[in-house]
Amino acid sequence: MTQSAASGERPADRTPTGSWVRPDLEVEGKRYSLNLRRMWQLTALLMILVSVAPLVVLTAIDYRITEKSAESEILLNTSRVVSNTKLAVEFSLVERIAALDFIVLDNSFDELNDCSRVAEILERLQASFTGFVDLGVIDSEGHQFCYAGPYDLAGVNYSAAEWFADVQKVDTYISDVFAGFRHVPHMVIAVRHDLPDGSFFVLRTSVEIALLHKLLANLEISGDGDAFVINRQGVLQTSSRFHGDVLEPLGLEVPAYSTATRVYETSDQGGQPLVVGYAYIANTPFILMIVNQKEALMEAWSDTRRQVIGLLVVSLSIIVVVTLGVTTYLVGKIRWADRQRVAALHQTEYTSKMASLGRLGAGVAHEINNPLAIIKEKAGLMKDLFHFGDRYADDPKLMGIADSILGSVDRCSAITRRLLNFARDTDTTPVPVDLAETVTEVLGFMGKEAEYRSIDVVVEIEDDVPEITTNRGRLQQILLNVINNAFAAVQDGGRIEIAVDRRDAERVGIRVTDNGCGMTEAQRRRIFEPFFTTKSHHGGVGLGLSITYSLVSELGGSIAVESEVGRGTTFHIDLPVEPGPKGGASR
Amino acid sequence: MKVLLVDDEKELVTTLAERLGFRGVEARWATTGRDAVALAVAEPFDVAVLDVKMPRVSGIQLKKELERIRPEMKFVFVTGHGSEEDFRIGSAEADRYLAKPLDIDALVETLTEVVSP
Repeated sequence: MTQSAASGERPADRTPTGSWVRPDLEVEGKRYSLNLRRMWQLTALLMILVSVAPLVVLTAIDYRITEKSAESEILLNTSRVVSNTKLAVEFSLVERIAALDFIVLDNSFDELNDCSRVAEILERLQASFTGFVDLGVIDSEGHQFCYAGPYDLAGVNYSAAEWFADVQKVDTYISDVFAGFRHVPHMVIAVRHDLPDGSFFVLRTSVEIALLHKLLANLEISGDGDAFVINRQGVLQTSSRFHGDVLEPLGLEVPAYSTATRVYETSDQGGQPLVVGYAYIANTPFILMIVNQKEALMEAWSDTRRQVIGLLVVSLSIIVVVTLGVTTYLVGKIRWADRQRVAALHQTEYTSKMASLGRLGAGVAHEINNPLAIIKEKAGLMKDLFHFGDRYADDPKLMGIADSILGSVDRCSAITRRLLNFARDTDTTPVPVDLAETVTEVLGFMGKEAEYRSIDVVVEIEDDVPEITTNRGRLQQILLNVINNAFAAVQDGGRIEIAVDRRDAERVGIRVTDNGCGMTEAQRRRIFEPFFTTKSHHGGVGLGLSITYSLVSELGGSIAVESEVGRGTTFHIDLPVEPGPKGGASR
Repeated sequence: MKVLLVDDEKELVTTLAERLGFRGVEARWATTGRDAVALAVAEPFDVAVLDVKMPRVSGIQLKKELERIRPEMKFVFVTGHGSEEDFRIGSAEADRYLAKPLDIDALVETLTEVVSP
């Protein structure tokens, strides 16, 4: 068995529970409908939309802008590194060409015919510059007549070599890197010097590619960058970190010719995006290339992005949660207020209906009482005539008729008295009330129903129950509602017990127990909420017990209910003997 | 004991007067306040039985007028409207208060009590 004490706060004052779509209510012919679910959906949607949309748009714009700027910074950086490196490479080549130029200008052909002089020059060159491996002097027939260096190349004839043909066209020639006779990657720099007799000679030197490696190795390239040199056929002229060794073909396309530094984006065989910067080095077959993994370069930006998007997701979650929470709370409050309003409307309607009924009853009772008084007096007179006269004194039949009339008049007057007592609802001053009398009066209205349905109504009133000072009309309504409820709960042939006892010096208790269908714990907990009903299909609005609750509170009392499904329900009503300071019986 | 019955229902007062007569109470009756005053001026009464609600002159007003004429007269109020308010006024203004329909024996008892306290 469960029990709840319902004194103090009204159950409906708590956070609202249950469905948000209440049935349309009809109060005095007007329909009140409020689609709170729709209101909730619309409010939540709009609030989420207006707060989320700008945030998402801002983040998207910021994403685009920072991505663009990160990309352009990468391009700019790459371009700058390429330019600087190109200058360095060009400079080191130009420096070496200038050294050769100086040698041919400083030494006459005759002097260079002296091979020991050539060896001496090489020695000095190597002391001043890095990279020079050997030095040879070749006549216009292609015959290397003097050679200084680690290899045995004296007397070699280059007349068939491609570079020899080229050097006759240009003053200075720089070769691709090649392995040569010695199978060591190197390049050749040749300088042609024309003689006054129309013939010429060529000063030729091999330069180690270590020279270039050293320049490129000094570069600090972020993001898995790779700096190397290729020739115009796309063959690597230096070794690279990721794109193959020297003299191997480069996996990437040879970029289009340009005098200036260029940067472009492409992707490698694996589909990874690359940022490629390149520059054609003037007067050489070389192209300087710097290749970066774009993703590695964008790493810092991606980190920031991840943080921003993480923050966005967290903010959005908070916005959604808070919006839903606040909307739910507010709509709940609206629902609560709305129900209060409609309940108040119903209660007002109920009160005025009861007042009208009371006035009507009183009027009818008063009007009937007058003719009733006449009937009674006339019948009484008849009896008097029989009694005091002699003529009919011994006629038992006539005396019986008169008694029957008087008996019926008494029954009628009992009804009118009850009506009049009930009509006292309009009297709001607390008066002394005999509970036994009030219970009997109220049961008087239900007597016929109890009889027809063979409901056993037991009333137990303790002897020590005092008269209580309260509003008689309200008390009658409370009892009528609760007893009516019990009548609705029991089957035909059921049993209803009404017990009145003294709780303590200040309170009396009224207990109304039925052996009807009972109710579940969930139903019991909501029983005093407005519009809660289990009799909806019988036309119940669910206000009877809610109004009873208000009336009991108004009298300064409390009402509680215990119930068990299938066993029955008991209502406990406690009322003060004297109206409390709260106002008790009067409004 | 002489009793003055005042009620706008003639049938009621005449019958009551007759029944009281059977019980040795001399009763005169009136259906309006004016008649009642005329009767009171003409002869003294021990007690007046007045209906609280009557057309034109109410029982309360009539009681005040009759008191002026016969200060020693006692009063019993009768009403068909048994409300608490009527009861309060009736109890305060009159010596006794009875609800309709009347019980003749209770009326005689009341009258006897009022006249000889």
